[in-house]
Amino acid sequence: MSLSDDLYRETILDHYHHPRNHGTIEEPSATVEGINPLCGDELTLFLKVDDGKIAEIKLHAKGCSINTASGSMMTEAVQGLSLAEATKSIEAFKNMMLQSKDTEVTLPESMEELEALQGVKKYPVRIKCALLPWNTLMEGLKTVQTPNGNGKARLEVT
Amino acid sequence: MGVCAKTDELIVRGKQVYDVNVVRKDFPILSEIIEGKKLVYLDNAASSQKPKQVIGAIVNYYEHLNANVHRGLHTLSERATAEYEGVREIVKDFIKASSVREIIYTLNATAALNLVALSWGRQNILKGDEIVLTPMEHHSNLVPWQMLAKEREAKLVFLDLTADGQIDLSTAKNLITDRTKLVSVTLMSNVFGTINPVREIAKLAHAKGAVVVVDGAQGVPHMPVSVKDLDCDFLAFSLHKMLGPTGVGILWGREELLEAMPPVFGGGDMISSVHRQYSTWNELPWKFEAGTPNIADVIASGTAIKYLNALGMENVRQHEIDISKYVLNKFDKLGEAILYGPKDVSKRGGVFSFNLEGIHPHDLGQILSDRGVAIRAGHHCCQALMRDLDVSGTARASFYVYNTEQEVDFLFESLKEAKQVMGHVAIR
Repeated sequence: MSLSDDLYRETILDHYHHPRNHGTIEEPSATVEGINPLCGDELTLFLKVDDGKIAEIKLHAKGCSINTASGSMMTEAVQGLSLAEATKSIEAFKNMMLQSKDTEVTLPESMEELEALQGVKKYPVRIKCALLPWNTLMEGLKTVQTPNGNGKARLEVT
Repeated sequence: MGVCAKTDELIVRGKQVYDVNVVRKDFPILSEIIEGKKLVYLDNAASSQKPKQVIGAIVNYYEHLNANVHRGLHTLSERATAEYEGVREIVKDFIKASSVREIIYTLNATAALNLVALSWGRQNILKGDEIVLTPMEHHSNLVPWQMLAKEREAKLVFLDLTADGQIDLSTAKNLITDRTKLVSVTLMSNVFGTINPVREIAKLAHAKGAVVVVDGAQGVPHMPVSVKDLDCDFLAFSLHKMLGPTGVGILWGREELLEAMPPVFGGGDMISSVHRQYSTWNELPWKFEAGTPNIADVIASGTAIKYLNALGMENVRQHEIDISKYVLNKFDKLGEAILYGPKDVSKRGGVFSFNLEGIHPHDLGQILSDRGVAIRAGHHCCQALMRDLDVSGTARASFYVYNTEQEVDFLFESLKEAKQVMGHVAIR
């Protein structure tokens, strides 16, 4: 199996070609723009929080396959979670991506599909592509919990 | 004397017909196996590879010549100084300058352009003045002028581009006005490959009394260049894009302009006499060269230029015209690719920016890399231009003296494979 096959395994390409929860939310609790100016990845995250839980999450993304697939899988993984649970999921995913490339990490069952992104660890410059949606969500969770905030935020990573 | 013997050998070889397979033998890295794949190096617009003669010159310097220049009264220092200063003569002849006093060593082309902005710019640009640029400038020929314009409350004005990435000369004469103090333009675009009509632009600028700066980082390595023919006032370029080591750039400027400019960096070597409260400046070119310079790499840069001279810059240009024709033909056959920049090989160099529909350039770069093909993917230090083109980035393949038609074939086979890899879920 070539590295390319590994990296672009079916799960990733499926989410790239058919991103889940793609779109916008009319009256979101939070809107966060996530931008990586160096590589050109851009996304807007919309969050609707009801009763302390993520009732709805949508992403409007313009990025590479890794970025798009990571965001798409993320929306499925965190839908319906409490804010504390969502934070834990972000930490679990980031932990997986930031481990050394030889460490095989197992994620909780609800996040299993995201293990497909472990192949990206072989390509250090692209780890940030996979992380951008998750860092943007983290910013979104903070924004929701900011009293008297306007519900908008912008995250620029390098 | 290692360096001289090798150079003589090279010149003998240079008299033969240009043979890319002979040239390739001088570049050790081209035989490198990377992750089990033979290297196909098509990222020459970012940096070129180095022939063994250049690598040898660096080794030779540290083994036989290493001493500081312009100082010690000992033989080694005198030898190092002679070699180091001798390169100025080689550079002068290479760009058809009038005097070695006009050849200033810098860190790279970026530093050379910043030197003009910080010295000539600060001395001459006033509130309300206009600096004219093109939308295809590399960040290195945009950001220094933004910084200067902000400091001086001057304005940046951009020439128009045609749909195929050329400067629109018909509107240029309305944009270069009495308010224009400086025009800075790239000789060859590192995105489109466009060779710009610098001479025509210089004519418009000089008619309004403006100074003309040329960013030669992409152009100088790939075609014969004469500052007299360009009729510019400053020319900046980097040696690492033309077979030389990293860490050496050149600023050429008209002597009378350089004479009138203040130094930017103070320190050793750039002074004539130093007192507690004031100093006087060394003469050209050393006025602009403070501190111990990059001696080894400047000397090796001289070897790189000798190597190019031995190949002949006309031959270098012709080789790239031939490769460019071959590449353009391949793009035609591939279809579905969006290729940016002019299609006429007389108006472009061997830099090809493109996108394949439905494939992000980063994904493309990755898949090609897995086959051993090194291309650039991204914004090419032209973020504003990418916004104009409404793309997040492009893939870019760029060619040089050692690239072959077989490598072009392999690139296009790899592009086809990338389409398969990226499309297989959608097609199924």
